[in-house]
Amino acid sequence: MRRVVGALAALVALAVTLAGMAGGAAAQEQTDEGDAPSEAIAGTLRYDDESGEAVPAEGVEITVESADGSFTDSGESDDEGRFEIAVPGPGQYSVTLDPDTLPEDVVLRNADRATLEGVELRAGQTRSVLFPIDFGEAATRNVSTTFDRFLRLLVDGIRFGLIIAMSAIGLSLIYGTTGLVNFSHGEMVTFGALVAFFFNVTLGWTMLAAAAAAVIVAGVAGGGLDRFFWRPLRNRGTGVIAMLVISIGLSILLRYIFNFQFGGRTRTYRQYTLQREGLDLGPVTIVPRDLIGMLLSVAVLVGVAVFLQRTRVGKGMRAVSDNRDLAESSGIDVDRVINFVWVGGAALAAFGGILHGLSALVSWQMGFQLLLLMFAGVTLGGLGTAYGALVGSMVVGMVMEVSTLYIPSEFKTVTALAILIGILIVRPQGILGQAERVG
Amino acid sequence: MDWSSIIENALRALVGREAVIYALAAIGLNVHFGYTGLLNFGQVGFMAVGAYAVAISVLEWGVPLLVGGLFGIGAAVLLALLLGLPTLRLRADYLAIVTIATSEIFRLMISAPSWRAVTGGSDGLSGFAGDFQDLNVFPDGNYGFGPWRYTEVGMWNLLVGWTLVLLAVLLVYLLIRSPWGRVIKAIREDEDAVRSLGKNVYFYKMQSLVLGGVIGAVGGMYWVSVQASVTPQSFSPIPTFYAYAALILGGLAKLWGPVVGSMIFWTLLSLTQGVVNEAVANDYIPDSVMDSIQAGNVRFMLVGIGLILLLVFRPQGLFGDRREIALQD
Repeated sequence: MRRVVGALAALVALAVTLAGMAGGAAAQEQTDEGDAPSEAIAGTLRYDDESGEAVPAEGVEITVESADGSFTDSGESDDEGRFEIAVPGPGQYSVTLDPDTLPEDVVLRNADRATLEGVELRAGQTRSVLFPIDFGEAATRNVSTTFDRFLRLLVDGIRFGLIIAMSAIGLSLIYGTTGLVNFSHGEMVTFGALVAFFFNVTLGWTMLAAAAAAVIVAGVAGGGLDRFFWRPLRNRGTGVIAMLVISIGLSILLRYIFNFQFGGRTRTYRQYTLQREGLDLGPVTIVPRDLIGMLLSVAVLVGVAVFLQRTRVGKGMRAVSDNRDLAESSGIDVDRVINFVWVGGAALAAFGGILHGLSALVSWQMGFQLLLLMFAGVTLGGLGTAYGALVGSMVVGMVMEVSTLYIPSEFKTVTALAILIGILIVRPQGILGQAERVG
Repeated sequence: MDWSSIIENALRALVGREAVIYALAAIGLNVHFGYTGLLNFGQVGFMAVGAYAVAISVLEWGVPLLVGGLFGIGAAVLLALLLGLPTLRLRADYLAIVTIATSEIFRLMISAPSWRAVTGGSDGLSGFAGDFQDLNVFPDGNYGFGPWRYTEVGMWNLLVGWTLVLLAVLLVYLLIRSPWGRVIKAIREDEDAVRSLGKNVYFYKMQSLVLGGVIGAVGGMYWVSVQASVTPQSFSPIPTFYAYAALILGGLAKLWGPVVGSMIFWTLLSLTQGVVNEAVANDYIPDSVMDSIQAGNVRFMLVGIGLILLLVFRPQGLFGDRREIALQD
């Protein structure tokens, strides 16, 4: 009992310290600007140019007015298309974009929505507002065939699916070896991304070095989490349902430690965040960052497969996953194998988080947002199997992106979660699962 | 440090409307998890479905608020059937994943700009709860004593809220001591044994899911009626976890567990948050350690730590019975 408390205290201390290092950059940034505003309205203005590449719109004037008219302020978007306007406090605001200041040939998609009324801010909130803008020609002209768009979305889907898969393998193997549905797995994804942010932005390392270091730190942290937190719980005979609820508690705890230290804003890494020069691969254009990310992911996943098939520990993982008691009586050190699962799972999750942070944004809850998609992928593939997690996640990623051909993109997460429910109706054991696994 | 206002706020939180809302949500969860052993992690989905059914039926079809309440209950029943059909035959953890996923689906759909005309998008809806205050039985004035002083509006809100809580407790009390309740509790203990007695376990679980979901939806409907507006941001997964914390704190499978748990939960939360906020505001904690924005996170961390410690050291909560909880195996 005492050890669990000690481990929890150590864990909190560790998370605060590490997240604090990442937050250091944020604090510096804020002191540069003077006093940190507690509430703000922010957003990013980007449009797709002729080649379909996202380009930021610079120098666009945005005006914010409070509902009672007592406060007005305006600002311009910077060279990344970002704007942030501090407001005096929580309440209702209207946000207006001046269409005359948009770059040449760029128009608002909905010309009558240049003003957003009733944008509500809670205390301490930075509220993002969205002004969809289009390149004038693209707005009227259909630049590509449906098939071209399909291919483009498919590549996006593969990229995103690889990120989900990378993060989800640990989730699935942890379930397979310990029976724990780990709701705090998303926080391992965030942890990796934040540690990489610390190395890359605060310390100024190059992205590659930062990523490698973050993956190592995350692996060690994952191993420690198992050794000093989950293993004592297992040894006490804590039931799997109780552990599930504990993992939810851990998830909330870690998420708000991240928020505490990193702040509520979304941020970007120092390098590779905005790449305009895409590589043309037939109808598909892809920026080098995404191409390299995808190739690395594939390499890592192949490595994982070889590891699981060829090495002793990898075989042990599959054996424990398959039948824990049988594995133990065959002389496999189950605790050691589980510890390896945590180390590897956390390292992979961190890598997934870094890739996700590179192509999207780094934020304190990015992992939690990814968690449900991981569940969808893992359930689709077969809970508890490593390859199932891989296949299922890829399918989820691709279906999500391609679905935007037919339905508005705001519903793509809904699509993924609907797949999750659908698969449980028709084939609850998942694509690669075995029927007797399910209760 | 302004101790008197901290303590006053904590005492007000003891019976405040959050305590009511989460008592209702936790009573529903107690039916699911405490009595039946169903892991519903999407209780907030039931609250949201109830809330939006009320708001939309009143605004779109012009029905009175009370009729809107019936729509809310109907919507919660539908949601329970939808959740139960694929998952109740499966292992407990599948229900956990599907319920949290479904509540997120619902939240994403109601905040989607495409359906703004009906759902109000991320701005939500308002102007549907006029009936609630029109029914107020209290004449204008101030009521109460000590820290619990309210206007007629506050009194009416609390009267309705605690009446709903008492009705829910009464309903659960009557059902759980009935033959139905004994079957439900037997399912929690040993599903196969119940099945071998010829009971349709699936059917009973479904009824339990519907019942607990409807009680949760009543919580959601009360919430938005008192608040007079509804926004999708309110229905993030966090309220479900709050309700779990309150339930486990009070004691699983205890009639008054969720109610007492919710009252203590909100008092503790108000107390700790009050102390932290005051300490930060008065520079007892320097800004380099914690500023006022960061102080807002402390309550969530405490909920996380609290959940972990409770489950590790006292899974039966304050008043529960260790033999009567579905956390083993």
